Amino acid sequence: MHGKLTNVAFSKILAELQQKYLLYAPKRFNDQGRFSDTDLIRYGEISSVEEIVWQEKSAFSPKEIVFPITQTLFHFTCDEFRESKLKEKKKVLVFLRPCDINGLKRLDTIYLENGVEPDLYYKRLRERVKFVMIECSESFDNCFCVSMGANTTDNYSLAVRFASDNVLLEVKDKELENFFSAKLVNAEFKPEFVTENRQQVRVPDVDEMPAEMYDHEMWDEYSSRCIACGRCNTTCVTCSCFDTYDLFSDDNTNIGERRRVWSCCHVDGFTDIAGGHSFRHSNGARMRFKTFHKVYDFKRRFGKEQMCVGCGRCDDNCPEYISFANCINKVTDNLQNLIGSHPKADTASNSATTLLRKRSKEQNILSENGKN
Amino acid sequence: MCNNPLKPEPYKITNIIRDTEFEWTFAIDFSGEIKAGQFFQVSLPRVGEMPISVSNMRGGLEMTIRKTGKVSGYVFDLEAGDNIFLRGPYGTSFPIDDYKGKHLVIMAGGSGSAPVRPIIEHFYYNSDEITSMDIILGFRIPDLILFKDDIKKWSKKFNTVLTVDNPDDSWTGKVGLGTKYVGDIDFSDAENMAVVIVGPPVMIGFCVREFTSRNVKNEQITVSMERRMACGIGKCGRCKINDKYICQDGPIFRYDEAVNLID
Ligand SMILES: Cc1cc2nc3c(=O)[nH]c(=O)nc-3n(C[C@H](O)[C@H](O)[C@H](O)COP(=O)(O)OP(=O)(O)OC[C@H]3O[C@@H](n4cnc5c(N)ncnc54)[C@H](O)[C@@H]3O)c2cc1C
Ligand code: SF4
Ligand code: SF4
Ligand code: FES
Repeated sequence: MHGKLTNVAFSKILAELQQKYLLYAPKRFNDQGRFSDTDLIRYGEISSVEEIVWQEKSAFSPKEIVFPITQTLFHFTCDEFRESKLKEKKKVLVFLRPCDINGLKRLDTIYLENGVEPDLYYKRLRERVKFVMIECSESFDNCFCVSMGANTTDNYSLAVRFASDNVLLEVKDKELENFFSAKLVNAEFKPEFVTENRQQVRVPDVDEMPAEMYDHEMWDEYSSRCIACGRCNTTCVTCSCFDTYDLFSDDNTNIGERRRVWSCCHVDGFTDIAGGHSFRHSNGARMRFKTFHKVYDFKRRFGKEQMCVGCGRCDDNCPEYISFANCINKVTDNLQNLIGSHPKADTASNSATTLLRKRSKEQNILSENGKN
Repeated sequence: MCNNPLKPEPYKITNIIRDTEFEWTFAIDFSGEIKAGQFFQVSLPRVGEMPISVSNMRGGLEMTIRKTGKVSGYVFDLEAGDNIFLRGPYGTSFPIDDYKGKHLVIMAGGSGSAPVRPIIEHFYYNSDEITSMDIILGFRIPDLILFKDDIKKWSKKFNTVLTVDNPDDSWTGKVGLGTKYVGDIDFSDAENMAVVIVGPPVMIGFCVREFTSRNVKNEQITVSMERRMACGIGKCGRCKINDKYICQDGPIFRYDEAVNLID
């Protein structure tokens, strides 16, 4: 089903939808931006079309809806673990772009597929969510979704093309059709996708990442520039790591809770183990860890797609103006220099580097705190 | 509501053996299936969680815990009869079946002797399953030696080397790193050897060299890896190295796989 609505008519339907759904969309928070006198665009609950910021990219991703910054896992009373309950029973409609739809699919892979069992806390939030795809009419700064193959999707219940006073809609979800069918004005609409970004990346394409790439001098630049603030992690739709903390009340130490909190691989403490040991001390080594996770390891493990969806938020938000897109390109360039013309074509030298890799790894495992 | 893999369950502590001042073995009334090399998340309400290896499975679960920080500190306040909360067991195990018919060598340093103890115990009671076994256990000082009674027992059946880095006046046994004693092992049938090495990362590297320089291949060696863990179920991402999650794909790895993991 497809058609057209005025903003007024769409807002009316949104109000009706609110009976059954919580509506989340990118929203403007005045004067909370990165620079003074700038606004912050991030996700929040909305109830009308006017609140939805579709003309700009949001600084934060929608992942908080399924993976909150902090989440209570258990309540303790004396010696009992009580599973936290979901207070909100309503379903969720979230307005998001194709890259974010694909990004949440990457979170699904970690939380529902990795390991033996799905994660209950993620699953119960995720099950309630339906996607409303915001059509991107043009690419924003730093976006490189096309290079990552994350510019398109058909994984949505509703698709919207916003204009100043009306919207074009495609409704795919049966339940949602009931809200729209009587009111939609006839109009052709099939969402289109961005097919070109100003920023392009060349993703490394090797079966085996040579060991030389792990301690390549290219990472030194990030050791001096990156300040390990973790903003690239917190704004990334696909960053999924967490830590757990137990808290208890000062008045009654028998009562408390266990919480899950976002954790960032760029930030100190991520790898700390007992006895004061840790791994990946330099910020360059952390940049390398993140980069390979996003554009090599994840795909190698799950065999599907790269983890990074090219939303460009890490680049939008880095206080040191580090470009992840450039970093990916540098990896590919250095890899090509190392292996010869085109990495994939040259399998013979690939196996030669595997040998080299083993040698340099042996050294690595010898050093107690890992490389760098 | 579906199964919650993060929910710990209470089990009774049946006995506490004070191996050393800071390392105690907790015997726990747990009846599920466990394999040597696996670990549990020990979970104390209001304190936190930590991964701890299985140090014995014969006649019930035992875990040997070193007091090093917050959660492990609180565990030392528990007494026999108290409940301890656990989730698990998690992770890969030592490939006991692959060791059968082999000349097995077990090398462990310090608290690394906890996870190898179930392998040694298994073959102690099933010694016909292997051709022979050498055990090399190294500790920093005599006061830190774990499983003294077991070591006495094992040495009656197998070549068992117990060595300390720094002896005190009363120590009459072997001195020096375990690597010093690898040369005493019979390598005439290196092809038929299986080697298990568990200890701090530096130790693993040095020990592996002792064996590979004597014609043992990387794929004949099993190691255990330790990384930060916040979940044990493949979600928190803390234990990840390359495309491997140590809590899922490890902690037990064949060395030819482990050598490819770069932190
Ligand atoms: C697979 C595996 C098996 C282990 N087996 C044993 C064992 O049999 N006996 C033993 O004494 N110790 C073992 N350890 C180490 C043990 O987990 C740490 O000593 C313990 O987590 C310290 O917790 P803490 O709260 O006392 O220390 P703190 O330093 O206060 O640590 C705080 C938190 O950090 C995390 N953490 C700290 N050290 C480690 C670590 N080494 N690995 C993972 N997470 C850590 C835990 O979540 C811990 O609660 C094992 C570790 C791993 C990964
Ligand atoms: S946002 Fe930039 S400075 Fe901060 S951790 Fe990421 S790369 Fe480093
Ligand atoms: S790594 Fe950067 S570009 Fe890729 S998904 Fe994360 S924030 Fe977006
Ligand atoms: S411990 Fe959480 S992913 Fe391995």
